[in-house]
Amino acid sequence: MIKRLATTREAMLLAAIVVLIALISTRFGDFATPRNLANVFNDTAPLILLAIGQMIVILTKCIDLSVAATLALTGMVVAMLNTAAPGVPVAVILLIAVALGAALGAVNGFFVWKLSIPPIVVTLGTMTIFRGIIFLISDGAWVNAHEMSAAFKGFPRHVILGLPMLGWIAILAVVLFHVVTTRTPLGRAFFAVGGNPHASVYTGIDVGRTQFWAYVISGALAGLTGYLWVARYAVAYVDIAGGFELDVVAACVIGGVSIAGGSGSVIGALLGALFLGVIKNALPVINISPFWQLAISGSAIIIAIALNARASRVKGRVILKRAEHAA
Amino acid sequence: MPPVLALDGVTKTFPGVRALSEVSLNLYPGEVTALVGENGAGKSTVVKILTGIYQPDGGTIRVDGAAARFPTAQDAAAAGITAIHQETVLFDELSVAENIFLGHAPRGRFGLIDTARMMSAARDILHGIGAEIDPSVRLRDLGIANKHLVAIARALSIDARVVIMDEPTAALSHKEIEELYELVEKLKGQGKAILFISHKFDEIFRIADRYTVFRDGQFVGAGRIAEVSEGDLVKMMVGRPVDQIFPSRSHQAGDEVLQVVGYCHPTEFDDIGFTLRKGEILGFYGLVGAGRSEFMQALFGITEPSKGVTKIDGKVRVIRSPADAVANGIVYVPEDRGKQGAITALPIFQNVTLPSLSRLSRAGFLRLAEEFRLARDYTGRLDLRAASLDTPVGNLSGGNQQKVVIAKWLATQPKIIILDEPTKGIDIGSKAAVHDFMAELAAQGLAVIMVSSEIPEVLGMSDRVIVMREGRIAAELSGAGMTPETLVRHAAGISEVRR
Repeated sequence: MIKRLATTREAMLLAAIVVLIALISTRFGDFATPRNLANVFNDTAPLILLAIGQMIVILTKCIDLSVAATLALTGMVVAMLNTAAPGVPVAVILLIAVALGAALGAVNGFFVWKLSIPPIVVTLGTMTIFRGIIFLISDGAWVNAHEMSAAFKGFPRHVILGLPMLGWIAILAVVLFHVVTTRTPLGRAFFAVGGNPHASVYTGIDVGRTQFWAYVISGALAGLTGYLWVARYAVAYVDIAGGFELDVVAACVIGGVSIAGGSGSVIGALLGALFLGVIKNALPVINISPFWQLAISGSAIIIAIALNARASRVKGRVILKRAEHAA
Repeated sequence: MPPVLALDGVTKTFPGVRALSEVSLNLYPGEVTALVGENGAGKSTVVKILTGIYQPDGGTIRVDGAAARFPTAQDAAAAGITAIHQETVLFDELSVAENIFLGHAPRGRFGLIDTARMMSAARDILHGIGAEIDPSVRLRDLGIANKHLVAIARALSIDARVVIMDEPTAALSHKEIEELYELVEKLKGQGKAILFISHKFDEIFRIADRYTVFRDGQFVGAGRIAEVSEGDLVKMMVGRPVDQIFPSRSHQAGDEVLQVVGYCHPTEFDDIGFTLRKGEILGFYGLVGAGRSEFMQALFGITEPSKGVTKIDGKVRVIRSPADAVANGIVYVPEDRGKQGAITALPIFQNVTLPSLSRLSRAGFLRLAEEFRLARDYTGRLDLRAASLDTPVGNLSGGNQQKVVIAKWLATQPKIIILDEPTKGIDIGSKAAVHDFMAELAAQGLAVIMVSSEIPEVLGMSDRVIVMREGRIAAELSGAGMTPETLVRHAAGISEVRR
């Protein structure tokens, strides 16, 4: 039954995205071409990757405000590594990015697990610390395109079947983490811990350790995105992706992830990210001023939350009646 | 003397439960009336009706002979009724004076709070009850006893004529209790009517002038305390007709499966030891706060005892976490299903399989078909009817949620199952089903520990009963020694019936 509810909620969001694209096409005919849609998806890929990690963290009743800073720090480290040792293959760079991101996520997870500091405080702190570390290691200097090797910059842009590698990695992550969250004991533990921490304790689930792993996943995805971001835009500096964590949380919320924990899905996070991505890509095309873009994005978030809250309330009652009749 | 407050034929029904059935209660000025009854007798419901939190479904409440209604807590306060609750409801970060006057602080010019007047009024009230507390200090800096005095001061800061004290001595030391008695005498002298709710007989006979007994939400008797013996009161509390039928059990207990030796905890329990055999149902009886659940949580690895040894099948096992307990074949069905039992947002099958996931996965991936099979198997055994195993547990009735939680634990194939208040808050039909099922589990060789506050259930289901009082084992009873009177006497600490 919960599956049916989730699919309808996600179906609604998918319908909203389709309607949005259709509306934009009436003003700007080329928007809905496969090629442009692939571009929009590729542009949204970093948001999708981070939203998946954030979704898992939020599932466990936590939040990760440090994702954008983790992305930036990892991006800077691999960019500097590439400058210093251009010969290091991309596969190793990817490994380092994921490992460093996971380590930074583990720092967050450790504070939440072992020291029981509230997640919002921990990640607010590490967010600032990570940005500070970027400044320390780079002296505030930029790493520019000409300092990066061709292989380093080329990897995310490498096109396969009409979609750049960046987009493919997002698709891969969606599939992988959909399976992790729905088909593994750890995935089930994420839902259990957020849905009812007390009951999870009685079930033999270690709440803190589960939250720790959620942060490690979120950090690893942010680290991966850090390399992809820096390579794609061919620049690394202290403030890249500044404020991006808020977009990430917004994507999750639009995607129906309950901020109270215990409810959400990878598909929801994907659709939430796409919804924001379409708006961000479309508004400049149809000549809406940047000031309005922010207001429209913000309104979309509030409307999505209001609809979600309403939908879950109304549907909850209907299901209740049905189940009781059946019983 | 006419009563200042009189309840007559008051009834209160909750979905599926009749909490109060035409009860009467009279409170007289300058007298202490003790309200006596077992857990679940309806005492707390009466307090909530008198303080405007619940509305009665029927019957009348009279204040000074005139019919009264208390739609809100403010209305009850306006009628001069005030309550000092079991758990004090105060604010740590506010000052003593602010705590006392929160919601009805004296106002000065422009409607602002007149701090000077509030402080002096608070000082007067505190002085009046003999508490030397500076009203300007923050509440968090006070000890528990002084906090209690602040709660009393708050209750008296409205011009109260009826003071309700709900288990006021539960958290107090011996000396503090003596001070409370003095305070009660003082309030009596001021002509206030006091409703004193307590489980402790020595207290009741020491302080009360009158008694009223409830049992299962019904009025049983009332009178002057001087004209009644402890034995009579115990009889009134428990002497019910046996109206529940329990499954007959002929099974013989098998080998010893669990031995607990010297479990201690700094504050909750002390020197708990017992043995448990296969196929046996061991009842744990005691008053609320006797430390039964706290001990069970330690046995299950949620809290760590400071001392104690657990032997399972004769071998010492170290249990530091619930995961250890489950791995050693001990499972715990907690009392508070909503908070500790089910994960209500998850569907039935996922709740049932949650502790068994490692057994159900291959190469790290869950086998959904296996999950469904296990869930169907165990929910079927418990006769759980739901539209689908995909239904979120939150949409089920209380009895069915209980079944999901029990199914979850049975699916781990345990040796020892701890059931904490297994039938609390569920309807009669589901109760009988749970009892039958417990008997069946025992017959299959499972060792069952049942924590229960319902005397008929304890007597009807258990092979042996351990009675706990104030964190210690007060008695271990079996066979003919298991009677309602012995249970209550040991639980309340009455050495023998005085007549």
